[in-house]
Amino acid sequence: MTDGLQGVVVGHGGLAAALVTAAEEITGVQGVLVGISNRGCDRGRLEELIRQGIAGRPSVIFVDLQSGSCFFAAMASLKAMPEVRVVTGVNLPMLVDFVFHRAAGLEAAVARARQVGEQAIEGTR
Amino acid sequence: MTLSLCRIDDRLIHGQVVIGWGTPLGAQLIVLVDDGVRANQWEQEIYRMALPQDVAVEFVSRDEAIARLREWDADPRRIMLITGDVETMAALVTGGEGVIRRVNLGGIHAGPGRHPCLRYVYLSEAETGRLRQLEAAGAVITAQDVPTTTPVPLHQLSG
Repeated sequence: MTDGLQGVVVGHGGLAAALVTAAEEITGVQGVLVGISNRGCDRGRLEELIRQGIAGRPSVIFVDLQSGSCFFAAMASLKAMPEVRVVTGVNLPMLVDFVFHRAAGLEAAVARARQVGEQAIEGTR
Repeated sequence: MTLSLCRIDDRLIHGQVVIGWGTPLGAQLIVLVDDGVRANQWEQEIYRMALPQDVAVEFVSRDEAIARLREWDADPRRIMLITGDVETMAALVTGGEGVIRRVNLGGIHAGPGRHPCLRYVYLSEAETGRLRQLEAAGAVITAQDVPTTTPVPLHQLSG
């Protein structure tokens, strides 16, 4: 683990682990992202896994669906942890960018993730 | 209009409910019956923030739900009712005097005293017994996580 924020990726099925693996393969940086699946978890268990993933460190939680269990569990973590933020609609470009821009602070990281994540979406013909 | 879906799901409102069921059913209102969320304004705001704009949500206690079941049953909107545990749903089925005729076991995860019945359904002996009581009283109880899977009748749940 290096200095700066960590990213906790929380998703349905195997999505989070796959995103973390892909981001690590692209960036070559290990130990910055933690992947958590909601598979087999009730709300309490998922909140517990997220707390373990955060482990008291300043973190951005990246979740897949805004209306999903991952989001609600992540939001529950915010109440007791002032140095945690949540970003929804995680995609690979925002994670890759996050890995290289973790020193700017929580608010800047959230704004950047949103910008990069949105800019990565294009429709072509 | 009868209640479109009455579901036990310990994740409460989440993707399978909102997207998996809500979209094909055309749900216009989600009723979450949970005493804890009913008492927690912050948690209610989080749920409101995350739901599609065309889906309304109400947060009610168990007692409030029992009192309003007939109102929802006559409501022209398509409604999904969610409880987080067997006991709350059992109270609604019993107290609702026939309003709830079908119960969906959508997500009851591993916990103390529970044994696995399906990938997404774990039940204790007491919970199984309670569900069988409801079934004996006329309720149809099936496990089905999303609409595209085959419903599994209560008597076929192993464990």
